[in-house]
Amino acid sequence: MTGVAAVPSRVMLRKLTSRRLRRPKSWATAIAVVVLGSIIGLVIFGPMIAPYDPNTTLGSTYMQSSKEFLLGTDALGRDVTSRVLTGGQTVLMYAAVATVLAYIAGLALGMLAGFVRGSVDNVVMRIVDVLLAFPTLVFVLLLAAAFGRGMPSIVFATALIQATAVARIIRTATLEQSVRGFVEAAVARGERTHTVLIREILPNIAPTLAADVGLRFTWSVLLLASVNFLGLGLQPPTADWGLMISENRGGMDLNPLAVLAPAAILGALTVSINVISDAWADKGI
Amino acid sequence: MTVTSLEQAPPSGVITTRQKLRRSPLVRFVAGRVFAGVVTLFALSLLVFLACSVIPGDAASQVLGKHASGEALEHMRALMGLDRPVWERYGAWMTGFLHGDLGNTVGGYSSGTEISVWSQVKGPLNNSLVLGLVAFVPIVGVSLLFGTLSAVRSGKWVDQLISVLTLVPAALPEFVVGALLIALCASWLDVLPAVSLIPPGQNPLLTPELLVLPVLTLIAVTVGPASRMIRAGMVEALRSDWVLAARLNGVAERRVLTGYALRNALAPSIQVFALIAQYLIGGLIVVEYLYGYPGIGKELVEALAIRDSIEVQSVTMLLAIVVIATTVLADLLVMLVVPKLRTEAA
Repeated sequence: MTGVAAVPSRVMLRKLTSRRLRRPKSWATAIAVVVLGSIIGLVIFGPMIAPYDPNTTLGSTYMQSSKEFLLGTDALGRDVTSRVLTGGQTVLMYAAVATVLAYIAGLALGMLAGFVRGSVDNVVMRIVDVLLAFPTLVFVLLLAAAFGRGMPSIVFATALIQATAVARIIRTATLEQSVRGFVEAAVARGERTHTVLIREILPNIAPTLAADVGLRFTWSVLLLASVNFLGLGLQPPTADWGLMISENRGGMDLNPLAVLAPAAILGALTVSINVISDAWADKGI
Repeated sequence: MTVTSLEQAPPSGVITTRQKLRRSPLVRFVAGRVFAGVVTLFALSLLVFLACSVIPGDAASQVLGKHASGEALEHMRALMGLDRPVWERYGAWMTGFLHGDLGNTVGGYSSGTEISVWSQVKGPLNNSLVLGLVAFVPIVGVSLLFGTLSAVRSGKWVDQLISVLTLVPAALPEFVVGALLIALCASWLDVLPAVSLIPPGQNPLLTPELLVLPVLTLIAVTVGPASRMIRAGMVEALRSDWVLAARLNGVAERRVLTGYALRNALAPSIQVFALIAQYLIGGLIVVEYLYGYPGIGKELVEALAIRDSIEVQSVTMLLAIVVIATTVLADLLVMLVVPKLRTEAA
């Protein structure tokens, strides 16, 4: 492809294809919604339809798939099917809590920094810079160790790290809004800071917030699942997808399903949330 | 004093070399970035130290167990330096750190001896460096190739195939990708080992087959976003006026790609690769733990599991230095590659 003619034809081609591109994308979004919906359904109703108690040893270790145990048994002879069905609540619930906490803290800090500016802004943003200059997982592990063992401290650490990222986005959005006429009018009327923030600015930065929620939630799921996988979060005998992968990876040759089943469902979960939040950010669904 | 004498007027009309250096935007920029890096590291050291010193149950009682007598605790605290005030301990840790002394592990004290953190992390650090570098080179190559290819074929099936193939694994946790790779390559095809245990002191490069799966996992999770960002840079470059001008001048398309577009898309790419290098440090933790690879990430997880606060704080700080150094280096590299930025930086 050389010469003059190539240039305009390429441009035209790109325009044509970009329109065509949208169709598979919306297909992907539709599939992702179905996948996510069924995972959430599984997580809610899974414990009710689980054939056995997830924490009782029922057979020998790493038995292969059979009529009795659909996905075989795990390292301790427990039923993998029942453990997969009950193992999702923890990660989803904790990730949701972490995301909500991150938003409360990040929203307050980001709006304050963006609206008040000056030294408040400087202090908050320098702290955010320092925190963001570091691998997230290392920080979560470090903070979790500092706050003490147990899930609450890990959820809190995850929320704190996420809050810094939220604060940064909210600050930028708030900066844009705070020079607008209606904000200046509210300030001139003598409204108090928190009234201006909640009544004037918050409704206007809501779209930015909405586009970011999915991404934050994915990150929370990834972080919490990783911490559980590393054995530093939920402790055995809790049934948890991340923990199951870690527990059963020694028996990959005997019953690979004990690892593959939780891996597949965790993977489907993160990929589908990712696809949906991408589509959401693109055009608000 | 030397500073003031420098600033006093030089003999009229003569500008000293040092003054020239001071005025050069590049030197200012380099100095600024290095300074910012040092300040960030200092802030991080405070945070890491505070986090580790509030780890519940102080290190001495952890060494001696729950039922230690008060007297033995006092003695152990004195031995470990825990009887001093917090600020003094921070000072001692930092002074030691800057002199290459990372302190002694809590584990060592509980076995009645002093084991230096450095002796524990020296080997793992080296192993991780090898794994990181061995993974980094193909990551750069593959994402440059994929990024360029999908920019040139933007919107066509090659582009879509690459974006699906790379973005799906990128959305997965490292250990899920790794578990799938183990299932495929180790359990099913039985061509590669599932665990990468390397005997202490042995160079990991001597057993390359142990590195394949960890490296593949790292490639799989990073190439997606990296090639996506390179694609964006390339698409923008290909749309630019100077690419149009080059094409109108009859420059061969291949040369337009490599000599014009890629060269200009390279500057943002360097920052992408710096991000990847930083990511690798976090990603290594999970990957090393999954494959049992004896690197610094696995060492950190083990230290965290036994709450060895001294080792945790020194290892975290070492990682912080690597991360910040990478950021600063990448910034400087971009400056050198893109002449335009040198003047804008001033």
